[in-house]
Amino acid sequence: MLDLVWLIPAFPLFGFAVLVLFGRKLGDPAAGWLATLMVGGSFAAAIAVFVGLLGLDGEERFAVRTLFEWIPVGNFSVDVGVLIDPLSMTMVLFVTGIATLIHLYAIGYMAGDEKFSKFFIYLNLFVFSMLMLVLGDNLLLTFLGWEGVGACSYLLISFWFGDEANASAGKKAFVTNRIGDFGFMIAAFLTFATIGSIRYVDVLAKAPTMAAVTATAVTLLLLVGACGKSAQLPLYVWLPDAMAGPTPVSALIHAATMVTAGVYLLTRMNPVIAAAYDWAPTTIAWVGGITALFAATIAVAQNDIKKVLAYSTVSQLGYLFLAVGLGGYVPAIFHMITHAFFKALLFLAAGSVIHGMHHEQDMRRFGGLARLLPITAGTFIVGWLAIAGVPPFSGFWSKDEVLAYAWQENKALWVIGLLTALLTAFYMSRQVFLTFFGRYRFGDPSVEELNAAWDTRIAVAGGAGIDAAAAIATAETALDEAVAAVGVAEEAVTAARADADAAAAAAAAVDEASVEAARSAVASAEDKDAKKAAEKALKELEKPAKDAEKALSAAAKAEGAVEAARARVADAEAVVVEARRAAEAAAAAADDVRRAAESGRPRSTAVPLLEAPDASGVEDFLPHEVAHRRAYHPHESPWTMTLPLVLLSGGAIVAGGLNLPFAKSLHVLEHWLEPALFGHETHLELSGTAKIALAAVAVAVGLVGIGSAAAVYLRGRGDRAAIEQSILADAWRVDRSFAWFMGGPGRRSFDLAARFDRTVVDGAVNGVATLVRTASSGLRVAQTGYVRTYALGIALGTVALLVLFLSRAAF
Amino acid sequence: MSMFLAAAETASTPFPHLLTLLVLVPAVGSAVVALISKQRPDVCRQAAFLFSATAGALAVYLLWNFDVADGGFQFVESTTWVRDFGIGWRLGVDGISLFLVVLSGLLFPFVILAITPEHDPKPYYAWLLLLQAGSLGVFVALDLFAFFVFFEIVLVPMYFLIGSWGHGNRTYAAMKFFLFTMFGSALMLVGILALVATAADATGAGATFDIRELAQADLATNTARLIFCAFALAFAVKVPIFPLHTWLPDAHTEAPTAGSVILAGIMLKLGTYGFVRFGLYLFPEASRWAAPVFLTLGVVGILYGAVVATMQRDLKRLVAYSSVAHLGFIVLGTFAMNSQGVTGGIMQMVNHGLSTGALFLLVGMIYERRHTREIAELNGLQRSAPIMAAVFTVVMLSSIGLPGLNGFVGEFLILNGTFIANRWYAVIAAVGVILAALYLLWAYQRVFHGTPRSVENETFADLRLREGLAVGALLVPIVVLGVYPKPMIERIEPSVVVLLEHIEARTGVAPVEGPTAERSTVEELFGGGHGDDASHGADAGKVDK
Repeated sequence: MLDLVWLIPAFPLFGFAVLVLFGRKLGDPAAGWLATLMVGGSFAAAIAVFVGLLGLDGEERFAVRTLFEWIPVGNFSVDVGVLIDPLSMTMVLFVTGIATLIHLYAIGYMAGDEKFSKFFIYLNLFVFSMLMLVLGDNLLLTFLGWEGVGACSYLLISFWFGDEANASAGKKAFVTNRIGDFGFMIAAFLTFATIGSIRYVDVLAKAPTMAAVTATAVTLLLLVGACGKSAQLPLYVWLPDAMAGPTPVSALIHAATMVTAGVYLLTRMNPVIAAAYDWAPTTIAWVGGITALFAATIAVAQNDIKKVLAYSTVSQLGYLFLAVGLGGYVPAIFHMITHAFFKALLFLAAGSVIHGMHHEQDMRRFGGLARLLPITAGTFIVGWLAIAGVPPFSGFWSKDEVLAYAWQENKALWVIGLLTALLTAFYMSRQVFLTFFGRYRFGDPSVEELNAAWDTRIAVAGGAGIDAAAAIATAETALDEAVAAVGVAEEAVTAARADADAAAAAAAAVDEASVEAARSAVASAEDKDAKKAAEKALKELEKPAKDAEKALSAAAKAEGAVEAARARVADAEAVVVEARRAAEAAAAAADDVRRAAESGRPRSTAVPLLEAPDASGVEDFLPHEVAHRRAYHPHESPWTMTLPLVLLSGGAIVAGGLNLPFAKSLHVLEHWLEPALFGHETHLELSGTAKIALAAVAVAVGLVGIGSAAAVYLRGRGDRAAIEQSILADAWRVDRSFAWFMGGPGRRSFDLAARFDRTVVDGAVNGVATLVRTASSGLRVAQTGYVRTYALGIALGTVALLVLFLSRAAF
Repeated sequence: MSMFLAAAETASTPFPHLLTLLVLVPAVGSAVVALISKQRPDVCRQAAFLFSATAGALAVYLLWNFDVADGGFQFVESTTWVRDFGIGWRLGVDGISLFLVVLSGLLFPFVILAITPEHDPKPYYAWLLLLQAGSLGVFVALDLFAFFVFFEIVLVPMYFLIGSWGHGNRTYAAMKFFLFTMFGSALMLVGILALVATAADATGAGATFDIRELAQADLATNTARLIFCAFALAFAVKVPIFPLHTWLPDAHTEAPTAGSVILAGIMLKLGTYGFVRFGLYLFPEASRWAAPVFLTLGVVGILYGAVVATMQRDLKRLVAYSSVAHLGFIVLGTFAMNSQGVTGGIMQMVNHGLSTGALFLLVGMIYERRHTREIAELNGLQRSAPIMAAVFTVVMLSSIGLPGLNGFVGEFLILNGTFIANRWYAVIAAVGVILAALYLLWAYQRVFHGTPRSVENETFADLRLREGLAVGALLVPIVVLGVYPKPMIERIEPSVVVLLEHIEARTGVAPVEGPTAERSTVEELFGGGHGDDASHGADAGKVDK
């Protein structure tokens, strides 16, 4: 059965190769299914080997299988070979098991992504590298896996490379890890220089003969490497940024498997740690303890659902280091396994939330999702109870074990561990309450959106004022025009009167007698022509009178026009008055709006959790996004995503059964791992009562954390701002300082070197060239071709020689 | 060709004058191409490929027939050339030169196939073939005179390749390259003559330029050190070692792509090869005496090259400075003077040729499309050219020294060897491993990640078939040598052992190799104290091979 071990890494490697060649053709979702199948095959092979190992007893469960010689030079030799022992098989089982589920999940999560098949290429390569890491029979092969998983992590964090932030996060992860790898490499060199081999069998056999000082150096160098890969202080900074990768990646690589590599390495090398000075493992424990507490404080103030989990991962990994440093390899591996289950679960469930909530990651926008995403919520709650240490969920058993070791070995670290447990219960409860309970807040306008709406409303009110002012101007123009029209009309009256007067005078000038005469002449006219002439004469005489009448009536009409114009003026005046009144009203309204805005704008930047933010004054002015969100219906994820959630939550519930504390016979994991630990593990010697008391304290602390989170986030008691300090939200300003250093002094010193190269080193070269050129052109001047110049030279030389000889002459 | 094939039939006896043929084929080819009409560029190209590929085939034949177990010189030829001065046509190959010969044999036909010159193909191919002849000659010469001739011959074609087919500032770069190297060569010529003369005096057996005989001559310590310095300076310029490196970025940047690939792949190795073959071999005591200086300069080169590379704005210049760092590793391994260090150094000569050559090829393709090498001008290329980005990533990871790819094996052996011999140099040098990730990933991020910010970057064409085949040809050894380097190590190491034994015999100082461990068994592992019964260990024999 053990010979099947080659199938374990071969499956994902084959999957990788096939997907590189045909991935694009297979496409979505076939490529994903192939990748999942390969990892599943790997898991099946792992079970077969595991069963084979179970068939042997105790120390026979330690075997090496060599494939070929990898790098044989002189006395140095490493093989491509695998080490099969309980430790490596434990790692292989949970890595392949969880990886299979996460592959399956990713089929759903990545559906529709244009680089779907590429994602699974990287994922399969990652699993292969991770398996080489844990199966390698020498430090160098582990290093191959170590760097391989780092490279895959880089590729997957910057998977969506279009966004510069993702690209930067990938680079940050790789470079930070390389700092750790530096430690790993030097540790390998030192191991070889001391022992003459870096094969685990040799190293573990000869470690007891190592000088304490050497073993200490190797331990600390390995710790540097482990701090990089497992994100411990001060090299943890890459992990929170690594959340830029797709969520399945965060779950698989940055929570469950790769980040545990440091713990695996330290556990694997336990005989070396045992040979070191006592303070070396103590250092490991303190690094872990401080990291655990430190990261937990940051997690309390994060609002991004994945960032909380990222800092939580850093914190939980700190627990593992704490345990390893105290010699508690079994609880470390125990908690590693349970953590792999519940943290992978939490990440995947968080991914399901993000998937269902239209790529929103801000927990303040969630709330009340338990109703809408029931499977996601249910499984997340299982993960929450596990990590919070609520019995009988798995996290309770493993965390309790770590704390019991701390109590036995180092009380200060126990206090730190307990504080971390308190904070863990608190921030995880905060996350659950913010996301799944309370009021559904997705449709809430945010503070920014409310402010923007108020700004719009104020602008609109100001616009009404401007319109009123324009109306006044229009009315006043109309008034001016009307007044002008009155003037024109009055002038017309004056003219008409003058005309009438003139016509009247003309009429008066015609005497009645001649009119009478003309009339009688008409009457007496005998023939037609005479009558016509007489009539014409009469008309001539009567015309002025008629004209006068006409002029009089024109004057009367003109006076009427004046009256009309005056009336229009009066009307226009009324309009102006009206417009002025409207303007005053608009100004008053704008003032009202401004006053309303003063009271209506959100008072603090904190998002109200319990009651909906007051948008009453600005309902009509909210940006479209709000309407979109209000219209959005969160949806539960497809079965490919929920099935892994359910299976993982099963693991998160029962994984505690691996190592139950009640009786020696229930310490399954402890017995199983024994052959790989060579008796270097610390044993728990606490009495049953002490254990129960410690467990009670731990549970109580967890409940306090949950309870206080409920009070704050469900009941709205206490001051949230006081808890979510900005310095915590900003991760104690660590990243900021690093960025400042890299962009400031770091970059300047690099620039200085580049300038030194350009000006000093190359400058010297060019300087020599210039010198040669100048000197040669200077010397050329001497070659004039004139005999007199040469003669002068000869003469001067002769004189100089004479002087020399005379001065040197002895007599 | 038919003669070659006929000879290949009787592979058991290596056919005579293989090495002479190896050198002559491209040299003759160069003359032939020079005679072809310049109106027939295709014929020039085909002829050039044929001759260089024939040399490549001969090199592969050499590799095939190379006796793995033999650490001495193989395929040796020795003919008197100038009897009075002891000059001979002496050629031979051992594990130290074998892979450099193969690389020189194969890289040239590859370059001819992959890259077409922008103008004047005829002289271009003629110079390339002469360059190949010179390179092959340098690596197979066992006679100092012949070596010097080849060492100098190489200079001329490269000068013209940079000067005529280069980019903007090519005249300055070509001149700088030429003067720098000539300065070193002049010193080496003096060194060679001094060595031959003093050796003749010491042995009283008449002058000889045969390095195998010169290596046995007993020189006065100070004389040997002085002559070593003359050689070392010439090699240091060629490598180049800080602070003599400033010709390299200019030459690399201004050279046409083919020139850059060959500079990186082969020409830079003349210096490091010289250190192993002529420095360590001819002057063991002086090498040991000077080792601290070169170890220091190696470390300085690693860190300095990396730091300066980080701040480059020109992508090609960045790769050029990365070469300074990589060659620092090779110098480090060489002067660790133990089997791991020297073997690692020789492997790294080949590995650097492959990965940096591939990087230059890719940068050349980018330049061809965008007519700029400014990093700031390039962005988001992964969106428009995903395949090129993938290839670039693999090559970059190889250059960074990712295990599983070729760059790691050599780098690890160098560092481990140096650590055993002189730990602090290795510790400081290992910082370079961190920096390598920094400058390459940062450059990659700026060029390939993000979204394209200009039309040219948006419409950037992905690899064409011919280009894909070209880089693909380099990817194969990059992966194979990383996964299974044993065949290479097996051929290099015996010669390194011979060299180290020679050094030990001459100086009386054994190389520092670190402890040799008996392979522990699982039995031993559980033997000590712990465990309920040790009898389970009986099964260990079955378990552990």
